[in-house]
Amino acid sequence: MKINLKVNGKDHTSDVEPMMSLAAYLREVLLLTGTHVGCDTSSCGACTIKMDGKAVKSCTILAVQADGCDITTIEGLSQNGEMHPLQASFKENHGLQCGFCTPGMIMTAENLLSENPNPTEEEIRHGLEGNFCRCTGYHNIVKSIQHAAESN
Amino acid sequence: MSNYIGQSIKRREDDRFITGKGKYTDDIVLPKMTHLAFVRSPYAHAKINSIDTKAALSHPGVVAVYTGEDCGNFGVPCGWQVNFKNGDTMKEPPHPLLAVGKAKHVGENVVAVIAETLQAARDAAELVEVDYEELPAVTNPNAAVQPGAPQVHDDIPNNVVFDFALGNPKEEVDAAIDGASHVTKLNFKNQRLAPNAIEPRSYIADYDVTVDKYTLYTSTQNPHLIRLLMCAFVLGLPEHKVRVISHDVGGGFGSKIYHYSEEALVTWASKQIGRPIKWTSDRSEAFLTDAHGRDYVTTAEMGFDNNGKIVAFRVHSEANLGAYLSTFSTACPTYLHATLAQGCYTTPLINIDVTATFTNTNPVDAYRGAGRPEMTYMIEHLMDTAALEMQIDPVELRKTNFIPAFDGVSQPGYQTQVALQYDSGNYHATLDRALEMVGYDQFRKDQEESRKNGKLLGIGFSTYIEACGIAPSAVVGSLGARAGLYESAHVRVQPTGSVSVFTGSHSHGQGHETSYAQFVADTLGIPMENVDIIHGDTNEVAFGMGTYGSRSLAVGGSAIMKSLDKILEKGAKIAAHKLEAAVEDLEYAEGKWTVKGTDKSIAFGDVSLTAYVPHDYPEGLEPGLDFSSFYDPTNFTYPFGTHIAIVEIDKDTGKVTLKRFIACDDVGNVINPMIVEGQIHGGVAQGVGQALLEGVDYDENGQMITGSFMDYAMPRADDFPFFETDRKVTPCPHNPLGVKGAGEAGAIGSTPAVANAVMDAISHLGGVKDIQMPITSERVWEAMNS
Amino acid sequence: MIPAKFEYIKASSVSEALGLLDKHGDEAQLLSGGHSLIPTMKLRLNQPKVVVDIGKIPGLNSISEDGSNVVIGANCTHHQIATSSVVQGGVNVLAQTAKEIGDIQVRNKGTIGGSLAHADPAADYPAVILASGAKIEVEGSGGKRTIDATDFFLGIFETALESNEMITAVHVPKSSGGVYLKFSQPASRFAVVGCAAIKNDSGVSVGLTGVAGCAYRASAVESAYNGDAKAAAAHAVDGVEVMGDNFASSKYRAHLAKVFTERALNALG
Repeated sequence: MKINLKVNGKDHTSDVEPMMSLAAYLREVLLLTGTHVGCDTSSCGACTIKMDGKAVKSCTILAVQADGCDITTIEGLSQNGEMHPLQASFKENHGLQCGFCTPGMIMTAENLLSENPNPTEEEIRHGLEGNFCRCTGYHNIVKSIQHAAESN
Repeated sequence: MSNYIGQSIKRREDDRFITGKGKYTDDIVLPKMTHLAFVRSPYAHAKINSIDTKAALSHPGVVAVYTGEDCGNFGVPCGWQVNFKNGDTMKEPPHPLLAVGKAKHVGENVVAVIAETLQAARDAAELVEVDYEELPAVTNPNAAVQPGAPQVHDDIPNNVVFDFALGNPKEEVDAAIDGASHVTKLNFKNQRLAPNAIEPRSYIADYDVTVDKYTLYTSTQNPHLIRLLMCAFVLGLPEHKVRVISHDVGGGFGSKIYHYSEEALVTWASKQIGRPIKWTSDRSEAFLTDAHGRDYVTTAEMGFDNNGKIVAFRVHSEANLGAYLSTFSTACPTYLHATLAQGCYTTPLINIDVTATFTNTNPVDAYRGAGRPEMTYMIEHLMDTAALEMQIDPVELRKTNFIPAFDGVSQPGYQTQVALQYDSGNYHATLDRALEMVGYDQFRKDQEESRKNGKLLGIGFSTYIEACGIAPSAVVGSLGARAGLYESAHVRVQPTGSVSVFTGSHSHGQGHETSYAQFVADTLGIPMENVDIIHGDTNEVAFGMGTYGSRSLAVGGSAIMKSLDKILEKGAKIAAHKLEAAVEDLEYAEGKWTVKGTDKSIAFGDVSLTAYVPHDYPEGLEPGLDFSSFYDPTNFTYPFGTHIAIVEIDKDTGKVTLKRFIACDDVGNVINPMIVEGQIHGGVAQGVGQALLEGVDYDENGQMITGSFMDYAMPRADDFPFFETDRKVTPCPHNPLGVKGAGEAGAIGSTPAVANAVMDAISHLGGVKDIQMPITSERVWEAMNS
Repeated sequence: MIPAKFEYIKASSVSEALGLLDKHGDEAQLLSGGHSLIPTMKLRLNQPKVVVDIGKIPGLNSISEDGSNVVIGANCTHHQIATSSVVQGGVNVLAQTAKEIGDIQVRNKGTIGGSLAHADPAADYPAVILASGAKIEVEGSGGKRTIDATDFFLGIFETALESNEMITAVHVPKSSGGVYLKFSQPASRFAVVGCAAIKNDSGVSVGLTGVAGCAYRASAVESAYNGDAKAAAAHAVDGVEVMGDNFASSKYRAHLAKVFTERALNALG
């Protein structure tokens, strides 16, 4: 099926099988491998991207459902070579170890802060309910998001 | 002068991860690459009468279909031999790449289907018809050894892999327990865990017919070990024909140490079809086939005298190793476990007795801590239980029994009853600091007050010790290890003075690219920017044993230090020649050799250039500045610390909330405090996860009932408070950096602290009760209401 | 993971979707947010031949007021419901419930229509849909009808929807006082027990989810309630076959149902 969509500001037209998930489309067709697949069934959050302004789990969306949508992946978060404040904060606060959950974590945090620029610790922790990290114990992830919120 | 060591330098690897440019195995796409899907056993135990692959083979896009008959002679090996008490060799049945004759656990590989696309491979896999004859299954290690239990392997009676004992003579220990004035006894299961690295395992094999060479891209923690095991013990390939590459790996926690059958299968099959093959596990497969952790059924007893002094410690466990022996499975309940039975205490008599069993379950192997969390849980949970039973403060009970401080330099190491000699320790120091951090006296007052208001607050302690950097090779070899446990390093100084460090350890989240560069730059007195750390490719790195067991810095770092010593030694000769001085008259600091007492000096970069442009050069000295080293440690390292948990329990529901977690650890010297702290955080989260949330369960037919994230409770951000951490420093006396290792400490220390806190919170309600982990709300509610 | 092959058709109107359901019968399934359907297709537990995407049908994603009801289009996401001022003003307990579902990402994509049609016994919405006395508006090729919430949930993943019908909207009566409290299953965060309690003219109405094969209206609690929450909550599972699973035995689940009913009634004030 033919789909037209915008990814990280660039228009794409592709012919895809309906079985293909949006995560697989981004990774395999557009070679945007920053979007990771950890469970493929919408639990772990590693595949989180922004679709029409909202964080969603791209493993549980068919590529064909994204026809006409505006997508941002982790690769599109930096602007003009400048890291997004969340990216910078994750580095500054050691908010990642193996890095596999990190893109999804950052994309979720971006949604969280866009709707609630000054979240409490509890709101941040609750906001990360859909993202698993096995390395950090979440400690420095929460700190990273707090820090990004404060510096905004 | 130290510019970098001890500094929380931000990680250089982060730049690629936070921008989505990490390179994990599944990110790699090779030309003409095919995809593999497995048909896996739906039964825990079943005879395979026949396999019909015709329909699958004729499915569009299918390239090849293989069964156990096609690769029946290949099997993955076990890396550690543990013999029976009577000296008989352990039972080591073949572990085929694809099941032959019988399937022995749910999820076992039965058929491999290779196709042009993943879609075609999956669709064709559904067309394979396997005629199974279901057999009775056994999943519990205790049930497995009972007479009449189903036999996992037809020729292994009672499913016993081996029996094992360590410590003092059993009669002496029995007599001391019998004569003790108080005995605390616990029967419990240390439950099975799923490691659940967020990146699933992924392998790509690429056979190149033009040079008759293989390349295997794999999400492993130790590429050289995989190459060695696969070449020498599985496929019979010469190692120089196989390159193993492990770029970025999304977490391991032990589960990516082992050589898995899927790795060998894709490698073998790539030659058969002459094309690259990719297999990436999905999460269901990960639950069913990534080696699990823990799974012991245990009876543990600790005897005390009237003063609360431990007089003896006795344990019997059945350890479940699953259906086959995974790479290091046999070491976990034995030499990585029983050897820790001394804990931090002066216990004079110890006997640890373990029977390892086969069951119709997925293989079990090392998972963050590997045998040590299980032993630590026993000891530390017994301590708090005993304290409650004897009505002694758990802190006092520990202080009564602690081994006094010793630095391992002016005072000797501490010889345990269970084979090890501790290197250095100061157990009071971390406990005292942790008590200060938690505000213990105030907590007890608050607790009393809160009980009056119907709130259930509890505090739990764990003063753990662990053994890391397992070595020396000769010792572990005598204990059955089939590999050496040294590490290699190669330091190459380029003519212009920049440095490439090739290490056999592997980073999959640990930040080696940063922390190794810190101590290399400091040792050479050059900027960190001039140092690159290279790992994860057998063609670049000469050899390696990989990363696990908190060994990287203690063993891998020491190997690098050895090469740096050689660099500086040779550099001094060149410098002496250029400065027209004797080597003995030179000193090296801040990146230059100086003739003592003069301002005559030559910089590191000038020496390296001279080494490669040896026009004016010492006679007889080889050009170049490039050294390899192997470092085989003289002992394990022994980090230790105190963890304290405070929990609150909802009286109506039994729900446990972790309110505070305090950790004061002593991991020896620290290169990058930020990274070490991060390791502690992650370990603690996994340890708390075991205490409160996680557990793999099989039903009586051997079906896994916790095989997805909807059923297996992974710790989430809102399950934790911020952790409160601090450190003490007792350097390791026997390695050049004085480091001990930090990767597993969090997971080893934290679990009993949480379990003890729950017990402390509710023991006043109806007696001291042990609650099986994971300590679910229902189990707490039942304990409070029974 | 990858689903078995299927044909994907994006419907541009309700009538087109219904026509496709008629044409393909049991071989067709509707796709809205996809968060229930797609994972089961990837696990190949569910292999529809035709997937009809109703996610972009105009008019199904609006929230409006209609006299004493708040009318929520079937395609409204949980996030939309949680943050809608109309819902917050008219039936705040529904907004609060929507906020409890899944996580940020799931709430951004999952829809109320999809959730209700899926009828997971541990889903959050059914408790409040029942307690509020909502009506489910459905449409089939034979026309429209509304189904009372109490008649809608029939069993585990089973509803009163015919196979050729789809949910188009939910009509939720406005209420001022209401509360939804949930005890989460630690892995999935679905409800082990979820209790919605809403004040009404005659007292309270109570819906419970997670407890049995399908959510139910706890009428025994409602009739027993005279201000004593504890006494009324004791009837939370009267006449109900309480589920037991790896996370909560039926005994414990029954206990939790009473605890959360009592807490919800107390929270009503």
